[in-house]
Parts: sequence; structure tokens; C-alpha cells
Amino acid sequence: MKLAKDYDSVMGRSADIMKASLGLDFNDFESGSVAFDYEGLMKATGYTIEEVDRIQSRTGVGHTQLLELRNITALARKYAKPGFGARIFVKDEAANASGSFKDRRAACAVAHAKKLGYKGVIAATSGNYGAAVASQAAMQGMKCIIVQECYDSNGVGQPEIVEKARKCEALGAEVIQLTVGPELFYEHLSVMEDSGYFNASLYSPFGIAGVETLGYEIAMDCREKFGKDPDMVVCTQAGGGMVTGTARGLIKAGATDTQVVAASIDLTGLHMASDVQFNKKSCTTGHTGFGVPHATNPDTGDVPRSAARPLRYMDRYVTTTQGEVMYMTEMLANLEGLERGPAGNTALAAAFALAQELPEDAIVVVTETEYTGAGKHIQPQLDFARENGIEIVFGDPKDDVPGKNIVLPADPGLFKVKDLDLDKLRKSLIKRSVPRANGKLTAEDVAFLVADTRSDEAFVKAALDELGVEY
Amino acid sequence: MAKKGEWVRIHKVVLAAAERTAKLPDDTKKVDFEMWVKGTLQNETAEIGDEVTIITATGREETGKLLEVNPYYTHSYGKFVPEIIEIDKKLREIMQFGGEN
Repeated sequence: MKLAKDYDSVMGRSADIMKASLGLDFNDFESGSVAFDYEGLMKATGYTIEEVDRIQSRTGVGHTQLLELRNITALARKYAKPGFGARIFVKDEAANASGSFKDRRAACAVAHAKKLGYKGVIAATSGNYGAAVASQAAMQGMKCIIVQECYDSNGVGQPEIVEKARKCEALGAEVIQLTVGPELFYEHLSVMEDSGYFNASLYSPFGIAGVETLGYEIAMDCREKFGKDPDMVVCTQAGGGMVTGTARGLIKAGATDTQVVAASIDLTGLHMASDVQFNKKSCTTGHTGFGVPHATNPDTGDVPRSAARPLRYMDRYVTTTQGEVMYMTEMLANLEGLERGPAGNTALAAAFALAQELPEDAIVVVTETEYTGAGKHIQPQLDFARENGIEIVFGDPKDDVPGKNIVLPADPGLFKVKDLDLDKLRKSLIKRSVPRANGKLTAEDVAFLVADTRSDEAFVKAALDELGVEY
Repeated sequence: MAKKGEWVRIHKVVLAAAERTAKLPDDTKKVDFEMWVKGTLQNETAEIGDEVTIITATGREETGKLLEVNPYYTHSYGKFVPEIIEIDKKLREIMQFGGEN
């Protein structure tokens, strides 16, 4: 019998489709309430960090260079107080096979799909992850479908996303392009069901295990070069995989004193599912529109439980602006000879300001660069912004209004970060977790929320009291 | 006119605006949920706008309105943005590359 493929029917089968497409039953880790066995889920990949490293090394992924940004460091020091301005380094993740750190995430997922006997892989992404999955699928002799949110209702696509579609096709993938809306998930499920392909989700434990090598390498690189762990690691925060994987890798290497800072472009005020506002943003990833919801409500993606749980790992969460990231991208090209980004330079824009808070002998590592290409470059992105009525001016980035203007810093001394209130984000996560409970939260739920928010029992209990929830 | 075997791009309305039941902002609710995909044309011949069948790169069959034959990308490095030159000048001036000017 042919299955009904209408919206409600497909969404109604989502649990079965996900189970079949991951070869993993998430129910095995559920408590039936708020808590689930996160570490159990991560262990279920069955790969140690050494095995992940071997898988990645077979396909040109990982062991990228840690480059010192000497001129950018010198520039930052001009604006820091005497004796301050940490040395800034970046992991040149653009050197991975498909041009971004996403290769680490894809390598593991695709290798696992191959091992389980799937004929193909499918991923829902408008970002670099599509190219990464396509590249890995090509190397491992598998078929690949990428589902992209790409256009507004006028059929106008973000140049950055159009380029990513081109790259996926160049690497042999089929690309399904969609207009704005969460119904992307319906199309994704429907194609997954028909094709029987593996769901190479960004949020699966295989994907996150793949990023752990990045944090591990950073610790090892720093010990080898400087005889110490980095003082601060800055990660661009969108879906939360970079923060989660890198921090887990640092911990596995024993670098437990390293401060992990998440950074997103502030896009407050722009609704991510708005057709009209879709092309009013000038960076399609690395922004708060993904970063904040994925931090406070991680389990909303294309897997029942996300392995990316950034609030567990971040010490700080800072924001920067589109103008600062665009400016930083030009700075990286012009002062360091590295044409990379733009979106991947979010953490670097933040690091330029953060380094000024630290002494000169401190080490700040930015976790990634990403490839640049037609459409995916500051000139087409600024040009596109201008064509969409966005004002581009030089000024103070604090005057930045997402969707209205892009304020390029009039002087490099104007780069600043804004700290988000982590306690507020923690409370938001707790509030969103409560509906999973059957009335009263169990002791296991409270312990889970302590870990999921990286807080303590008193904090979680106070937040639950505030919500009037029993435990 | 497109012929069987040619590489084409099709367009399809996956959900008409009225069929969209997900939680959406008002502006998105008013518009269709649309899809674009490429593949090899299966119809003997077709005109732009005709309802056609294609086989995609992974071998899936899809139907939709014929939009383009021999589709190609036009995204580029964009038009000149003078602010970029201003950034370069400012940075080089501060850093004094090549010594003092």
C-alpha cells in the first residue's frame, strides 16, 4: 500500500521515520520525563576520539593548521591597555576537504551510514554542512540529498546559500531548494522516508563526536607550541555543535581550565521564519536567530534529542554585529592574507575584542575559518544587503539595527562584544523543558537540568519555584 | 522547447498558503511553500511552464512546472562596494605596511 504523503500523515510518522533513518532508537535513552541519558547517547556512537580521528584522517579532514594572526593581534594591542592584548590564533578549518569544520561532523555521520549499509545520506542545511555531507558521500561512494531553505516567496535567494547549493551539486549531491518556513522538516522527512537514506543530522551524536577532535587538536597544538593550554577558545554559535563538540574535545584532552566562549551575530528583531525578513539579514548563519533558540531549546531539530547542548559547555555567550563580522573578514584578508568567511569569522570578530581583556601572554584560539567563494564573500553579501534596502555606513557598531543597517566600525577600536545573560538563558531552557515532565519533576530531572544548564541544584530549584513547578 | 534527456529545473508548490498549518509569522502564512529541484526531463518534449516529470541526480522522480532548460548559476562576487576599499586603506594606514607613508 502506498503511504499517504500529505503534511499531517508524514508528520504523524515522524518518530518512525527518524528511527529508521538514524539506525538508533532514541527511546533507549529516555526517562519518560525531562531527563534523558545524554552521555549514554554520545557513547552509543561507539566511536572513541581516536577512531573518529582515524575516520577523519582517511578523508582529508582534521589536523588543520593553527595559524597565528600576528597583525590582527598587533592591531588589537593598539586598543588594549598596556600589557594587554592576547595572542590570537585561528584553526584554519577552511583547509578541510570541503572547506569548513563541518567536514568533521559529516565524516563521522557518513562513515557510520556506510557501515550500517545505507545507500545514501540526507541532510537539511543551508550552510557549509551540505557541502561537507556531499563531499564525504562522494568519497565514500554514497548518494546524497541536501534540503535547503534558500528563497523568499519572490524566488530571491541569499547569494551565500545559492553558492552552497552550487557547491553541493559540484560534489555530486541532489539539492532540494525551498522557500522560508519550518515545513522544510516535512519535506525532509518525506524524502527520507521515500529514499530510505541515512539522516546525517547536524544534531546527531555522530556529528557532535566528529567535532570533538577539533577541541582535542586545539589543546594538543597549544601544548606543543606553547607548553600550555589555551586561555580562551572562541566558537561561533549557531546550532550549538561547535561549542558542544569543541568543549567536549578540550575536556577529553584535559584542558579543563580553558574558557569556552560562544559568539553569535546579533540579529535581534529579525524573525527567522519570516518570508519578508529572510533577505533582510546579511549573514545566513552564526547569528542569534539560530544561536539563542538552539541554546535554550536544543531538542527542536531533526532528531528527537539533540547531541548539541551548548549551555552545558559555554562559560560566556557574547554577541557581535554583522558590520563587525564583515569588517573582520576584510581585515583577515587584508592584514593576514587569508581570504575566508564571512559568517565563519563571527568568533574572530568577538575574539578581537575579547583578546583586549586578556594579558599579552594569554592565548586566544578561534576555532574556525571557512572557505570563500562567489556569493559567499563580503562584497556580494554587502551588495545584496544594499539592494535589499539595508543602509551600509561607517560608525559605532552599537548603533547596528538588524534588518535596517550594517554599521562597519569607523575605527577598529570600536569592536566590542556584548555578554548575554547566561542565567536568563538557563531559566529559559528550564522553562522549555518542563512540559516533558508528567506533572512533578523527578530528582533525576533536576540533576539533568543542573547538567543541561551547567548550574547547580539551588539555581534549578529556584527557577522551578519561580515557574510554580513541583519537583 | 525542451526535449527528453535534457537537464532542467522545475518548480513546485509543496503546500499552498491555505494548507500551511505550522506556526508561522503572518507574512509567511500568506505565501505558498515552494520547491525547486533539477533533473533529467522525462517528457518527450515540453514548453516552459508545462507540468513535467524529471529524474534527479540521486534517481528520484519528481514532478513540477518546467522553469529552465540547462539551468546555470549567476551568483557572483557582487557589484563594487566602495566601503571595502575604505576598510583596506584604514587598516593599512594604521598598520603602516611597508613603513611610514
